[in-house]
Amino acid sequence: MFEYLLNNPFLGALVALVSLALLFGAVLGYAAVQFKVEGDPIVDQIDTLLPQTQCGQCSYPGCRPYAEAIANGDAINKCPPGGQSTINAIADLLDVEAPTLDEEHGEESDVKKVAYIREDECIGCTKCIQACPMDAILGAAKQMHTVIGDECTGCDLCVEPCPVDCIDMIPIETTLGTWKWDKPATSHENILNLIASDRQPVAATQQETSPKEKAQTEDEAA
Amino acid sequence: MTRIWSIPGGVHPEENKSQSLQLPLGEIPLPRELVYPLSQHIGAPANAVVTVGDKVLGGQKIAEAKGMISAPIHASTSGTVVAIEDRVLPHPSGMSGPCIVIEADGEDHHVDYVGDENYLQLDRETLIERIRDAGITGMGGAGFPTAVKLNPRADQPIDTLIINGTECEPYITADDILMQTRADEIIKGTELLAHLLGNPDRVVIGIEDNKPAAIEAVGVAAKDSRVEVVSFPTKYPSGGEKQLIQILTGKEVPSGALPASIGIVLQNVGTTVAAYEAVRYGKPLIERITTVVGEALDTQRNIKVRLGTPIQHVLEHHGCHQNKVARLIMGGPMMGFALQESLVPVVKATNCVLVPSKQELPPAPPAQACIRCGMCAEACPASLLPQQMYWYTLAEDYDKLEAHNISDCIECGACSFVCPSNIPLVQYYRSAKGTMRQMAIDKEKSDRSRQRFEFRQERIAKAEAEKEAKRLARKKAAEEAKKKQEAAKASGETAPAGNTKADIVAAAMARAQAKPVSPEEQKAKLERAVISAQGRLDKLQTRLEEAEGEMKDKLAAQIKQAEVKLTEAQKKLDDFKPDAASNNSAPTADDPVAAAIARAQAKMTMAPDEKLRANIESLNKRLQKAEEKLSAAQAQGADTVTALQAGVDKLKEKIATAERELAELGPVASATAAPAEQDAASAAIERAKAKAAAQANMSPEQKLRDQLGAMGARISKAQDKLQQAQADGADTVDALQMGLDKLQAKQEKMREELRVLNPSAPELNDADNATGSTPTSEEAPQIQDAATAAIEKAKAKAAAQASMSPEEKLRDQIESLEKRLQKAQQRLAKAEAEDDDNIDAFRAGVEKTQAKLEQTRAQLENS
Repeated sequence: MFEYLLNNPFLGALVALVSLALLFGAVLGYAAVQFKVEGDPIVDQIDTLLPQTQCGQCSYPGCRPYAEAIANGDAINKCPPGGQSTINAIADLLDVEAPTLDEEHGEESDVKKVAYIREDECIGCTKCIQACPMDAILGAAKQMHTVIGDECTGCDLCVEPCPVDCIDMIPIETTLGTWKWDKPATSHENILNLIASDRQPVAATQQETSPKEKAQTEDEAA
Repeated sequence: MTRIWSIPGGVHPEENKSQSLQLPLGEIPLPRELVYPLSQHIGAPANAVVTVGDKVLGGQKIAEAKGMISAPIHASTSGTVVAIEDRVLPHPSGMSGPCIVIEADGEDHHVDYVGDENYLQLDRETLIERIRDAGITGMGGAGFPTAVKLNPRADQPIDTLIINGTECEPYITADDILMQTRADEIIKGTELLAHLLGNPDRVVIGIEDNKPAAIEAVGVAAKDSRVEVVSFPTKYPSGGEKQLIQILTGKEVPSGALPASIGIVLQNVGTTVAAYEAVRYGKPLIERITTVVGEALDTQRNIKVRLGTPIQHVLEHHGCHQNKVARLIMGGPMMGFALQESLVPVVKATNCVLVPSKQELPPAPPAQACIRCGMCAEACPASLLPQQMYWYTLAEDYDKLEAHNISDCIECGACSFVCPSNIPLVQYYRSAKGTMRQMAIDKEKSDRSRQRFEFRQERIAKAEAEKEAKRLARKKAAEEAKKKQEAAKASGETAPAGNTKADIVAAAMARAQAKPVSPEEQKAKLERAVISAQGRLDKLQTRLEEAEGEMKDKLAAQIKQAEVKLTEAQKKLDDFKPDAASNNSAPTADDPVAAAIARAQAKMTMAPDEKLRANIESLNKRLQKAEEKLSAAQAQGADTVTALQAGVDKLKEKIATAERELAELGPVASATAAPAEQDAASAAIERAKAKAAAQANMSPEQKLRDQLGAMGARISKAQDKLQQAQADGADTVDALQMGLDKLQAKQEKMREELRVLNPSAPELNDADNATGSTPTSEEAPQIQDAATAAIEKAKAKAAAQASMSPEEKLRDQIESLEKRLQKAQQRLAKAEAEDDDNIDAFRAGVEKTQAKLEQTRAQLENS
C-alpha cells in the first residue's frame, strides 16, 4: 500500500490532503459543538454599556431588547439616559462613528433624578408598582407607596400611571460622597492670551510674578 | 548610616518654612462657639450622641463612631450644645454637612481623664480600643482612623513601622515644632505603636534634612531606644506615604494596595503623640498643632488649637488683613484647598491655615497649550505619564486613563508646578478621577438594576406560566369530566343518552310534520293528483280504443283502477276545499267546486235567518278550528302565527257581521210576530253589541286605545300625586316626577303604535290625543261619546256593505277612502302649518290611505 502510494505521487498527495482535510474537519466540528457560545456575545457587551434604566425611551421594552436591536443594526443614538458617553462607548465597541444623541427619543439630562411619592397624597392604587421595571416601589393596595431611592433609575415610567399625580421626579442631590472636582475651564480668555503681544496688561503682570520667581525675590530680600 | 533610597521625579518648591518658626508654639483663647462636623475623617460620619441643650464637658464624647471605619468626636471644652445642624464644611466642595455646635462656657472644665502608666502591660485589644475611643485619626492630612491602621489583617505581618516626620509641603511646620517640643512623647508613642503592631523588626522615624532642630531633638530622645531616626534630602513630595516608604525601605507599594500588604505601617508624628496621650493619659483628640501662616497675617506661627475652633477666630488672633488676603487655604500650597468662607472650623486633619497675600500666592496664570515638553513626566513621583493623562482627560477616554493608572496619581501637584504652560494638570486628574468613581458607582447600580429587572421579568414570566398551567389543568379537568360523563351515559342509560341526537332529529321531524302544510300547497298537490289521474284515464281510454283482445281486458282493468284513483283524488280535493276556503286565502274561494256549489245552493233554499244562523254556526266552527291552529302555532313559535292571527281576526269580524245581519233580519221577520220574538231580537241585538264590543277589544288598535285610556288615568293620578307631593314638599317629588315622565313616554309610545296600526283612524287619534294631553274628567264622556259614535258608524257601514254586491262594496269603499284621504290631507296640512310633532305619522297615514285607495280602484277595474 505504502509502496504503491510512493510510486504514485499524485495519488499519494491526494490521499494525504484528503486525510488532512478530514482530520481538521473533525477537529473543527468537535470544537464547534464543544465550545459553542450560547447567545450573541456582542449583545451582552452592548447591554453592559447601556444604563439599565429600562425606561423604554429608545422604543424598545428595556435595555436588553435595545442591545439586541443594536446588534441587528439599529442606530446606537437612541438612549437619552446614557447620553453621549454611552453612545461613544458603544461606537467604540462596534468600531463605528459615534453619532450625536437622537433628540427624537429625548434629551440628555445632566441631573440624575429619582421618583419621589408625596406620601400623604398617595391613594394606594399600585399602578406605579406595576409600572416600575425595577421593583423599586414598595406598597400594597390601599396602602401608601414609597420609592426605594437607591434602586430607582429615574426612568419616569411611574409618573404617567399615577391617577393623583403624586409622583415627582426630584434631582439627586450631590453629597460629600458623590461630589467631584470640576474640570478646569478652558476659557476663551486663555486662547486670547496665547500670544504674548496680545496679552492683557493684568495677565502680563500675573505672568511675571509666578510663585517661583516671587519666592526667589523674597528669599533674596530676606 | 542607614541606607536611603530615592524616589523618581519630585520638585523643589520654595519651602517658606521659616516664617512660622520664628515664634514658639502659641495658644489662642477659647472661641465662643465651636463647630464639630460629624464627618471629619475618612469613612462613615459619626453619630451624634448629644442633643441640643445638653451640657458637655471638655473631652466628653459627643458623637460615636458608626461602623468599622469611623471615629468618635469629643468636645474640646465645656459648654452647651446649641445646635445640631448643617454648617459649611472644611471641604473643597464648600458644601454643608451636619455639625454639632457647642457654645463654650469659658470654664473649660474637662472630664477626668483616666490614664494608665503601665499601658504596655495592657493587651493589644484594649489599647486599640482606647485609641479608637479617643477618636484619633491620621493627622497628616487624610484623616484615616488610626485604630483601623493599627489593626492589620492577620495574614499581613508587619515588619516595618515608619513614623512620618517629613512634612514636605511648603509653609507647614506643625510637625517640625511638635518634634522639637515633644520628642520624648513621639518616641514613647512610637514604642506604643510598635508594641501594638507586634514589635516590627524595624522602627524608623523619617525626617527631611531641612529640619535640623527636629532631627536633633528626636535623635536625643531616641538615643536609648530601638527607634531609628533617619534624615534624607528634602524633596517634594517625599512625605507622601508611598514615597516615604520607598525612600526608607526601597520597596514600592503595589498599585491599588495598602502599605500593610508589604508589611509596612506608616503613621504621622502628630498621630503618634495623640495615640500616646490617649493611652497614657486617657485624653481624647481634642486639640492639635496647626501652622497659621501667610503674608496677610501679622503673626505667623504654630498654635495649639482646640478642634472645632472656627478659622475666623484663629485669624482674628493673628492680625489678619482682609484686604491683603488672596485666598484662604486649608493645608499647604501644593495639596491644600481654598476655603469659601472663614467660619469653617479647625478639624482633626487641619495641619495648616494658609492666608497668603496676592503677591505671595497670585492666582494661577492662564493655561496655555501643552507643548509636549515632558517635564511633568520627569516630575511625577509616581512615574506616571501626566501629559498623556491630560490628553485622555480632555478626550474623556476613561479606559485609556485607567490603562495609564490614573488611580495611582497622588495628586501632589508636582506636574502642575513644573508645567511651563501653566496647565492645571492635577485639577484635570481630580475631575477625571471623580468622573471615573461616579462611573464605577453607576456601573454597579446599572448591574444591580439589570439584575432586578431580569429578576422581575423572570418573576412575571413565572407567574404567567403558573397561570397558564392552571388554565391548562382546568381545561384538562373539564375535558376529563366531560369524557367521564359521556362514558357514563354510554354505559348506563344507553337508549336515552346515546340517542340524544337521534331524539333531536326525530323531534325536528315531528315538528316538521306537525307544521301545517299551507292550504295552497295541499290544494295544488291534490289538484295535480286529480289532473294526473284524469290524464292517465284519458290515455288509457285512447289506448283501449286502439287495443284488441287480451290487451283490452288488461287496459279495461287499468282504466277501472285509474277511475278509482281519480275518484279518490277528486274526493280528497273536495274534502279539502271547504277546509281551504275556511282559511280565507283569496284564490281558493274563486275555484268553483261542485260540493261547495251544492252546499251554497242548499243554503240558498234556506230561510234567510236560518241561512245566517247556519252561516254563523259554520263560522264559529271555523273560528274554533283557526284558534286551535293559532294556539298550536304560537306554542311552536311558527312563522305562520301572524298570518293565522289575521285569519282569526277576520273570522271574528265575519261572525260579527253575520250576527248583526241576523239581528237586523230578526225585527223584519218578526214584524207581525209575537213580542217574544221582538224580545229575542233585542236580545240578539244586545248579544251582537256585546260581541261587537268584544271584537273591538280584540282588535289591536282598540286594545291600544283601552290601554291608552288606562294610561291617561294613571297619568292624571300620578299628576295629582305629584302636585300633592309638591304641595307637601315631600322628598318623593323627584321620584314621582320621574315616574310621571316615564308614564308619559309610555303613553306617547302607545300612541305612536296606534298610529302605525291605524293611520286612517283620525277620529281615534284625535280622541286619544285629547285623552293623553288633557285627561280631565269633564272631557272623558265626550271622548266616550265619540268612540261609541265611531263604533255605531262602523257598524252601519258594515251592515250596508253586507247587503251590497262586491262591485258596489268596492265603490263604497273607494268613496269612504277618498273621504278619509281628504280628511287626512287636511289634518296633515294643519299639522304642517302648526309644525306638529306628529307630522310624520300624519304623512305616513295619508300615504297609506292613498295606496289603499289605488288598490281598491284596481280591484274594481278587475272585477
